[in-house]
Formats: sequence, structure tokens, C-alpha cells
Amino acid sequence: MRIPCPICGTRDRREFTYQGAAELLRRPAPDAGDAAWDDYLHNRDNPCGEARDLWFHEAGCGAWLVVERDTATHEVMGAELAEKVAS
Amino acid sequence: MGYSGFRVLKEGLFGQTGWKPVWRDPDPKPEYDIVIIGGGGHGLSTAYYLAKEHGLTNIAVLEKGYIGGGNVGRNTTIVRANYFLPGNSEFYSHSLKLWEGLEQDLNYNVMHSQRGLINLFHSDGQRDAFARRGNAMVNQGDDAILLDRDGVREHLPYLDFDNLRFPIYGGLYHPRGGTARHDAVAWGYARGADQRGVDLIQNCEVTGIDIHNGKVTGVQTTRGAIRAKKVGIVVAGRSGQVAEMAGMRLPIESHVLQAFVTEGLKPIIDHVVSFGMGHFYISQSDKGGLVFGGDLDFYSSYASRGNLPMAEHVMDAAMTLMPVIGKAKVLRSWGGIMDMTPDGSPIIDKTGTEGLFIDCGWCYGGFKAVPGSGFSFAHLMATGRHHEPAARFRLDRFRTGRGLMDEEGTGSQHNLH
Ligand SMILES: Cc1cc2nc3c(=O)[nH]c(=O)nc-3n(C[C@H](O)[C@H](O)[C@H](O)COP(=O)(O)OP(=O)(O)OC[C@H]3O[C@@H](n4cnc5c(N)ncnc54)[C@H](O)[C@@H]3O)c2cc1C
Ligand SMILES: [Zn+2]
Repeated sequence: MRIPCPICGTRDRREFTYQGAAELLRRPAPDAGDAAWDDYLHNRDNPCGEARDLWFHEAGCGAWLVVERDTATHEVMGAELAEKVAS
Repeated sequence: MGYSGFRVLKEGLFGQTGWKPVWRDPDPKPEYDIVIIGGGGHGLSTAYYLAKEHGLTNIAVLEKGYIGGGNVGRNTTIVRANYFLPGNSEFYSHSLKLWEGLEQDLNYNVMHSQRGLINLFHSDGQRDAFARRGNAMVNQGDDAILLDRDGVREHLPYLDFDNLRFPIYGGLYHPRGGTARHDAVAWGYARGADQRGVDLIQNCEVTGIDIHNGKVTGVQTTRGAIRAKKVGIVVAGRSGQVAEMAGMRLPIESHVLQAFVTEGLKPIIDHVVSFGMGHFYISQSDKGGLVFGGDLDFYSSYASRGNLPMAEHVMDAAMTLMPVIGKAKVLRSWGGIMDMTPDGSPIIDKTGTEGLFIDCGWCYGGFKAVPGSGFSFAHLMATGRHHEPAARFRLDRFRTGRGLMDEEGTGSQHNLH
């Protein structure tokens, strides 16, 4: 698996650390209640097929990326900077 | 069909032509009392114990592929009861006791081999942690012996004891740990369930779960609709998709775990050896192949194969621990889809829908749980009450934070186990 970092170019998967589904970027309000927080922290869509998830370019530029990937085939479709997605 | 030494001898004399299929291949009926989704180890053992312990036999097990094609036929077959935390401790202890009577119970040779498991440690701190775990195991009524370096050497003389980074200080020996033939476990339970009247329906994928007024009424499948009073979801790595059919989101991420096997060699590794610091473990199958594996690939995946970085890591660890196997040729590698929970422990529970139950979250350790999980899940489905040894495997523990079972102490968060 190779991931196209928008800053560094396409790099080996070894350089990246996986964090989890990109929905982690949508943090609930502190007072959103335990159901919302449980959903955010623990529950997952866990898709088989196209997925968007967060990877950290640990051994590269240090940026957080949102990677578009197929979880059934390991195909990587693209990646963008998480800060652009989040804002 | 019974098995006996005489039968084996007789078939040997007549060209093995007398063996018949050991379970029927029925078409689904329009309605059952209980439908089990998933014909892996856990689904089959659930059906078996529903029939055997609770006298319920109007049951179908729906399997989208073939019996034994999932993780139950892909794992590295380690069976043990060396868990530490309340919840896991009593559950796996119960499961191991079921294993010890399984072959007689099923009249089926599952090749359960209590060859002993040794977990190695490499520092004083780790020794303390293993001593504590061993005490917990003994308190639970299971067996554990703390070995020093020479003690390990007696059992495993072929290890590299003086590796610079991970010198071997000792090991925690669990003599009742060992392995079993994974396919035979699936086949034995399948046969036992079938003999008691359970319909095992293969090539039957569940595509929908019917719910009316908060109560489950049946399932939609690729072989038509099937009505049911109760439905159990037991689909391991596919739990997310099947639960979604009932409108649920689960605390589960599916990850790929790889394993490897070498060509057949003469007996060298008599135990199961676990090298936790290298994320590596190994045993030798009865055919002689070295069966070994490591950690998850650590990204969510439904591909039943992994990537090279983890394969390389596992080979590195093997060479660190036992350079003696360096010339063995790896024959095959494969992957399975693991249903990972945030705390690394499983779920056996009711759901918000009446009559719908779920058994999932076995992570990379659910083979040893096959008897215990089926027993406890059958108890829950039949009686509506949690079975004592599995009473802590609740779905709501993540929301409440009560009763989390994080064996590794890394935090109850996805992607840490
Ligand atoms: C490489 C590897 C090594 C492992 N090593 C060990 C070990 O040493 N010790 C240990 O204890 N555990 C181990 N495990 C874990 C263990 O194999 C699993 O936790 C356990 O097998 C999961 O339960 P199961 O047998 O019911 O799963 P499975 O056999 O995967 O059963 C689930 C079944 O559900 C079916 N299914 C899915 N969706 C549907 C649907 N919609 N409709 C109908 N059917 C469906 C699937 O086809 C599958 O057959 C390992 C796993 C792997 C992959
Ligand atoms: Zn980068």
C-alpha cells in the first residue's frame, strides 16, 4: 500500500500511522451528552469498500491526512490534508 | 455416523469408500424458532448448545459461504486460559474446561493438544507483570508456573537467550494451553448440531433483518425470506455490516490479521511459544508445518490478506527469537478479518431490538472462545438471562465506562489492541 501525501508525494505505507475513520474530525460539543460521545468515541460505520480515514505521516512531513481507500481491495484512491477537510 | 478405532481400521481396508457426508444439506424452511446468522465456530457452537443444553432444535444456521470458510478455518489454533481481568478470566477458564471434554462430547477428534504455552519475558518489570498474571490464573483455578531462564531453557533450548535487545529472563508456563485442529472444531460442532436436528444452510447470505414494532420477525437472504422468533448475529469480522441491517452501529472496527506456515519439518517446537515483545508467536502443526503470526496490520480492512510490512516484521521477530528456523521455507500466508472492539474484549448481549442478540468482538482471540461463547450465547438466547461466566461482556460498557476489560492496559480506544 502506498499513500499519496499532498506534501511529500507518494510514499510507502510504513511511513504512516493509522488513526481511524475520518468521522473522528467531527468532535461533538463537550455537553453533547454521553450517547453522542459514545457514538463518536466507540461506534463505527466500519465500511467494507470505500472508506475515508485518518493517517498521520509520521516518518514524513508530520501532516494528518484524510485518505480515501477501498478496505476490500487495499486500493488507495487519494489523500488530502485533514486541516483542509476539517475547516 | 459414529467413529471408532474399529471403523477407521475397516475403512482403511476398503479404500475409505464407506464415509458419508456428516451433515445434511437442507433447503431453508420458511420459519424457524431461532435463526443464527454466521456458520463460523461461534455460530455452530451456539446452535449445538441450544440443541444440547436447552432442547431447542427448530434452528437454522445461515452461512453465506461454506462451513469453516471464515476465521474459524484461518486462525493459528491457540487455545488457552491465561487472561487476567475479571470477566475474561472466568469466561476463558470456563471455555477451556469445555475444550477438555469436547472430543468426548462431540465424539469427534478435534486434535486438542495441551502441549503447553510459554509466554516469554525480557525484563524485571515484565517478570513482575507475569507473576501477577500467573497468580490471577491460579486464583481462577487454572494453571500457571513462573519459569526462570534455566526453566525456559529446559523446555525451549533452541531459542536465542542472549539477544541484545530482548535477552530471555524467563517465561510464564501454562501447561493446559495448546492447540486444536481448527477445521475439525467447526466440523465437529456442525455435525453435532445437525445430528440434533439443526439445519445448516450454506451459500445463504443474510441481506436484511426484519423488525416490526421493535421486535425481530425474521431475515431476508439470498435464498429467500425466513421468519424467526429469535435471531442471533454471530458473524465475526462482518459484524458491522450485519448489525447495520438492524439499524445498529457497533463499537467495532474490522482489521486484518495475518498468519504464516512453513513446509513440513521434523518435530522441533513442542509448545506454543509467545514472544510478546516482538509480537510473534509460533507452534508446530501435527503435519510438521511451523504455524506463526504476529500483530494486526493496523488499519481497517476487509481484505483477507495483509501487506508486506507486517509480514516482514513477523519474519524479523522470528529470526530474533529463534534463528534456528531461518532456513525453513514459508509455504503460505493469509489473513482473516478481525472484529476489534475498543477494549479488546468481546460482546455477548441482547440488542435494542427484542429477540435480536449479538455475539461479536472476538478480536484476534476468538478460536479458544468457540466452546465458551456458544455455550454462553445459547444460554442468553434460550433463557434471556446472561450466563454467569460471560455476564460482563456487555455492549453498553463503552458508553458507561463500567466493566471495561482492557487486558493490555493500553486504553479503551480503537486501534490500540
Ligand atoms: C490469522 C489469524 C490467527 C488467529 N489466531 C487465533 C488463535 O491462535 N487463537 C484464538 O483463540 N483465536 C485466533 N484467531 C481469532 C479467531 O479465529 C476468531 O476470533 C474466531 O474464529 C471468530 O469467530 P468465528 O469462528 O465464528 O468466525 P468466522 O469463522 O469468521 O465466522 C463468521 C461467519 O459468518 C459468515 N457471515 C458473514 N456475514 C454473513 C451474512 N451476511 N450472512 C450469512 N453469513 C455471514 C461468514 O461467512 C463466516 O463464515 C485468529 C484469527 C486469524 C485471522
Ligand atoms: Zn507528508
